[in-house]
Amino acid sequence: MLTFVVRRLLLAVPVLLGVVFVVMLTIDLLPGDAVTLMLGEHATKDAVAALREHLGLDKPFAARYVDYVGRLVRGDLGRSIQQNRPVAVELADAWPATLELTVAALLIAAAVGIVAGIVSAVWPNSVFDAIARLASLFGLSMPIFWTGLVLIVVFSLWLNWLPVGGAGSLSHLVLPAVTLALPSVAMVSRMTRSAVLDVLGEDYVRTARAKGVGEAWVLGKHALRNAFIPILTLLGLQSGQLMGGAVLTETVFAWPGLGRLMVKAIFARDYVLLQGAVLVFALAFVVINLLVDLSYGLLDPRVGRQG
Amino acid sequence: MTAWARFCRNRLALLGLVLVVVLALSAALAPWLAPLDPARQSLIEKRTRPGAKYLLGADEFGRDILSRVIYGSRVALLVGVLSMLIALVGGLLLGTLAGFIGGWLDAVLMRGVEILLAFPYLLLALAIVAMLGPGVLNTTIAVGIWGVPAVTRIVRGSVLALREAEYVGAARALGSPGAAVLRRHILPNIIPGLIVYATLFMANAILLEAALSFLGLGVQPPTASWGLMVSTGRDVLLVAPHVATVPGLAIMLAVLAFNLVGDGLRDALDPRLRGG
Repeated sequence: MLTFVVRRLLLAVPVLLGVVFVVMLTIDLLPGDAVTLMLGEHATKDAVAALREHLGLDKPFAARYVDYVGRLVRGDLGRSIQQNRPVAVELADAWPATLELTVAALLIAAAVGIVAGIVSAVWPNSVFDAIARLASLFGLSMPIFWTGLVLIVVFSLWLNWLPVGGAGSLSHLVLPAVTLALPSVAMVSRMTRSAVLDVLGEDYVRTARAKGVGEAWVLGKHALRNAFIPILTLLGLQSGQLMGGAVLTETVFAWPGLGRLMVKAIFARDYVLLQGAVLVFALAFVVINLLVDLSYGLLDPRVGRQG
Repeated sequence: MTAWARFCRNRLALLGLVLVVVLALSAALAPWLAPLDPARQSLIEKRTRPGAKYLLGADEFGRDILSRVIYGSRVALLVGVLSMLIALVGGLLLGTLAGFIGGWLDAVLMRGVEILLAFPYLLLALAIVAMLGPGVLNTTIAVGIWGVPAVTRIVRGSVLALREAEYVGAARALGSPGAAVLRRHILPNIIPGLIVYATLFMANAILLEAALSFLGLGVQPPTASWGLMVSTGRDVLLVAPHVATVPGLAIMLAVLAFNLVGDGLRDALDPRLRGG
């Protein structure tokens, strides 16, 4: 198991190096000069030269890449252009809020999606199934920034139950987390339904039923355990979606996380900060996929042995 | 039973098709359908609630929301269709190259695809727009590039599977050159899968364009884009909720339409994939 973890972590290194490469290259390929774009048309020659040197743009691409990666290893992500604070500190300030939001959304998506999917699969074509499937169609089609605004109108403006935005308490978390979770709830319930339906059609389930095993036992012991593998894969993929969605949700609810920081960095043309934020998102995605792969081993003893 | 007949038996898919046709008509006939000029401002009538003159209300500048929603369908479809073409052409090219030539080219391309797919949804498009700058064209490019890795992977997978198929082996044994095998035997087999993907891509492209425009990084004012309209309405959400919520309904219906058609096509074209 340990070698499996170590090997997977090592495999993540080239992916992250690639992400850094792509981000740096896109900045390099910018139409026009990045520095002039950042400082505006009227910047003095000295200011431009100073910033170019600060960003290392006077050196060739390969040298800059090696330099950045070298500093990265030591945890140095450079200083943000706008705030002139270490990027690592800005990211460290912002990421707990994003983590809180995405974990809450993931929990909602998993809990509601899996339960709805199981109920749909156990009673296929029932009224509940029809409603759940229709709801998931809508869940997948609603733009989440709009869902967020509609929830604000209903729960903050009309009912006055929850705050409009900001962070700090559990009541602040409810609306953003639900907003962010909705598309994932839809995906998870769809996937759970079809996975459980598939497993319920398997020979070993028929055998178990033929033996006279109770329906609850069949579901818990045989069906769900096997259905959980595709569901877990999906949850891993969904966390990527959730991080993307967090950018929108954080903007709608003024949630002080990485997504909002990233949008701010784009508007301020702060490419040092942007690069760091993209890197953190990519790293998080790699770690989540690693966790998903590890949990396969726990659910299915056949996986990971040969790892 | 033909694929079309199977499609027609699916009522939800037909509903989706009707919605897509409505959307296309609204985009094509916008100047005749829109009751008012979408750019006409009337500041004394700003934030008017839905009523007789403004069927869906007026926005922050007193512009007719219904007319702007109708014109917005042009932006949504334009960005959707063009970015779909970028994704398809790019993905077909890279996917067939990777699958057909293989070797180190395949290895390099597929690692690249994996790295791009490691970017969460929205973030890749966001990063590209951040580099290119906002605007309709750049938004289209960003959304299109976002779609390339997934198409590449689908095409490469099909090419690899088909390359080993017996009839392809037979064609090659009979002396067909590689390009002819590709065109006559492999591409036609990829097309049904790509049609399904392209339809579902339209749904995602519309969502993505709306999201980028909502953030202020996509289509720029005064162009009527649904995402931008929601963003403008957000500032007056608590005094005039209709300004933000009505255009969002248009986004939802358009996305729903393409999702329904895409699901219907998948079930109709490949009954084996029939699922939830």
